[in-house]
Amino acid sequence: MSKLILPGSPSPSTHGYSLSRRSLLKGTAGTAALAVGLPTVLAACGSDDSSGGDFELGSATGDLTIGSNYSNELPQAGLAAATAAVPNANINSSINEVDHNTFQENITTYLQNPDDIIPWFAGFRMRFFAEQDLLGDITDVWDAGLSDLLGEGFKTASTGNDGKQYFVPWTYYIWGVYFRPSLFEENGWTAPTNLDELNSLASDMQDAGITPFAFANDGRWPAMGTFDQLNFRLNGYDFHVDLMAGEESWTDERVKNVFTTWESLLPIHQENPNGRTWEEAAAAVVNKEAGMMTIGTFIGSQFPDGDTSDLDFFTFPELDPEIGTGTVEAPIDGWMMAKSPSNESAAKEMLYHYGTALAQEAYLAEDPSVVAPSEDVDASIYSPLQNKVLAAVAAAPTVTQFLDRDTSPEFASNVAGPRIADFLANPGDIDSILADMQEQAEVILNS
Amino acid sequence: MATAEADVPTAALKVERGKKAPQFKGRDRWVFYAMVGIPTGLHVLLVWVPTVGSIFLSFTDWKGIRFSDITWVGLRNYNQIFTVFEKDFFQALINNTVLLVFLFLGPTLFGMFLAYSLDKSIKGTRLYQSVFYTPVVLSLAVVGFMWQSVIYSTENGLATQLFGGGEPVDWLGNQSFLISFGDTYGISKNFAAILIAIAWRHAGYIMVLYLAGLKSVDNSLKEAASIDGANEWQTFRLVTFPTLKPINVVVAVITVIEALRAFDIIFVLNTPRKTEVLSILTTNNLLGEGGGNVGRGSAYATILFLLCLGFVIWYVTNHYKSTEEGAES
Repeated sequence: MSKLILPGSPSPSTHGYSLSRRSLLKGTAGTAALAVGLPTVLAACGSDDSSGGDFELGSATGDLTIGSNYSNELPQAGLAAATAAVPNANINSSINEVDHNTFQENITTYLQNPDDIIPWFAGFRMRFFAEQDLLGDITDVWDAGLSDLLGEGFKTASTGNDGKQYFVPWTYYIWGVYFRPSLFEENGWTAPTNLDELNSLASDMQDAGITPFAFANDGRWPAMGTFDQLNFRLNGYDFHVDLMAGEESWTDERVKNVFTTWESLLPIHQENPNGRTWEEAAAAVVNKEAGMMTIGTFIGSQFPDGDTSDLDFFTFPELDPEIGTGTVEAPIDGWMMAKSPSNESAAKEMLYHYGTALAQEAYLAEDPSVVAPSEDVDASIYSPLQNKVLAAVAAAPTVTQFLDRDTSPEFASNVAGPRIADFLANPGDIDSILADMQEQAEVILNS
Repeated sequence: MATAEADVPTAALKVERGKKAPQFKGRDRWVFYAMVGIPTGLHVLLVWVPTVGSIFLSFTDWKGIRFSDITWVGLRNYNQIFTVFEKDFFQALINNTVLLVFLFLGPTLFGMFLAYSLDKSIKGTRLYQSVFYTPVVLSLAVVGFMWQSVIYSTENGLATQLFGGGEPVDWLGNQSFLISFGDTYGISKNFAAILIAIAWRHAGYIMVLYLAGLKSVDNSLKEAASIDGANEWQTFRLVTFPTLKPINVVVAVITVIEALRAFDIIFVLNTPRKTEVLSILTTNNLLGEGGGNVGRGSAYATILFLLCLGFVIWYVTNHYKSTEEGAES
């Protein structure tokens, strides 16, 4: 837990962190949440010499450009509403929208000449660009109030390897096992809490003619979600962190154990996941052909009219009593500032605004598939599902982002993705697959 | 020529002194420089500068962000491709080769057969020609989308309905080998499925080229052959096919280029595992989520470039030899 990782290491973070200030205050996850590490400590030292200087709310004027990859209908409307809600009427902001996938593919080129404000993800992916000196330091924005509004966990998730803040969290969601409560009620099923219960539930489902797990891997990222769950349930949060950082070996027995466990669970998953999109798998859950699916909250978008009243989830069941279920995967989306924005004061003010309940409520009113980091958001706007997401993340002492957000994207998409697909096609090849992964991880993560 | 030179003594004198005669004067010369210089400049700028740049970058480590971060690493990227990423690399090389051989043996021969059959004045030949040609107007990316949703859809695709026997078939996700070369390499089933989709388009393309070629074959040659008692196959093999040589060269060039540049159809299908080709490996290392390894991506590109260059050299020497022969005869 207290291991130091040098700046530049591609690790998600060196320490467990909780995302909930509320849970910290309540003391429910107190000790673990207090385990804040190096970056936060450095942040306190580094904030004095931040270059931004005199950040003062309400003083900004002029034009501001905001990059956007919120190209789907609901997120687009949400961003427009949240941006329009900025209290300072002297900021004249314009949103430059790019298709979501195109934005991601071109991010390196884009960052050479970006908008003032840039949409991105927390985790390694944000710290990588901060390390490349492509992002503006917004420590003063955090010092001016975001730290109090959002709490230590989110501050840690927004901190670069140098201890300064480069990110403002805006929305997040949770990976878990999603199901339709009506199907469970009809059959008298309950959410499993450990492996035995999971297996017996699965065999009940099979007896009822229902595939237990809908399963997809087209695009080679959806199955990473299942890998993450199995990995931190079997080996714990620290191992996840160190494996992603290249400090544990993929040929380790503990990794092999993840894959052999996965192999034993494959018979209760849909066959041939590699050619199936997650949307197709989600449709099997919606149509009650499959009982459950390990996926993110965004599965709600596949329900007719986005109606999530018959959608629920449980966090992945316990696999090892020693490890427990203290870790959840809750990817955070948010905003960053360009290294040299055309209007720095307006950019900082808008970033501050995005961190507040005012902006996040405006966003959630349009796009209810996520939840907001700000705890001041009016709780009455949340659906039962969203409340459950909040509660599950608040109860978790440690939070991961996602395999492709917690390690080098190059390793995730050129090595881990293809190799996991190979495993799903041919589970018998585990040893040679893991040997290849380790060989390639050494080249990519240690360069 | 000698008399003509005598009529223009000044120009002739210069030639006799062994110096080049100025062929253009004044404004003509500037027009000449502009007409040669601008295309040459554009060609060098847009083709050779990036090519040489890529070759240079293949010996470096660079994240693609700042020029000052480029560091020279010698042969490291190539070494890694052949020792660490060799399974991906050789599988991609096999896929490119398989595509090349397949395009020649499958759609090219089939396209030739279609052209030969439709060249005869059979009833409805225009209709058939249009039907077979239609896929050619689509880009391979569009072909990919169409086959993915209409033919190869796991549950409802046409191929599933016809050959699935009532069971869903994962045409594009099945990475097991149809033909394997050892334990590691082979032709995967999903790559075979993609080959069929490529053939669907390529055959029509080849058909049109041969149709154009066949129109130029002198009918009297065929008549002479049939008077001499040659049967249909002999006439095609010994008379028609040899006269199609210019078209054959064009078809060979197009087919090789299609095989080496194959990218779009695989990319739009989300690059099913084991269907990677060299251009996909290049792109994966340069762009996209896993991008930012300009060195290794450029090394893949350089290898692809060398393969293309080998072919171009063969083509240029072969082509010029044949035209010289043609001029002599």
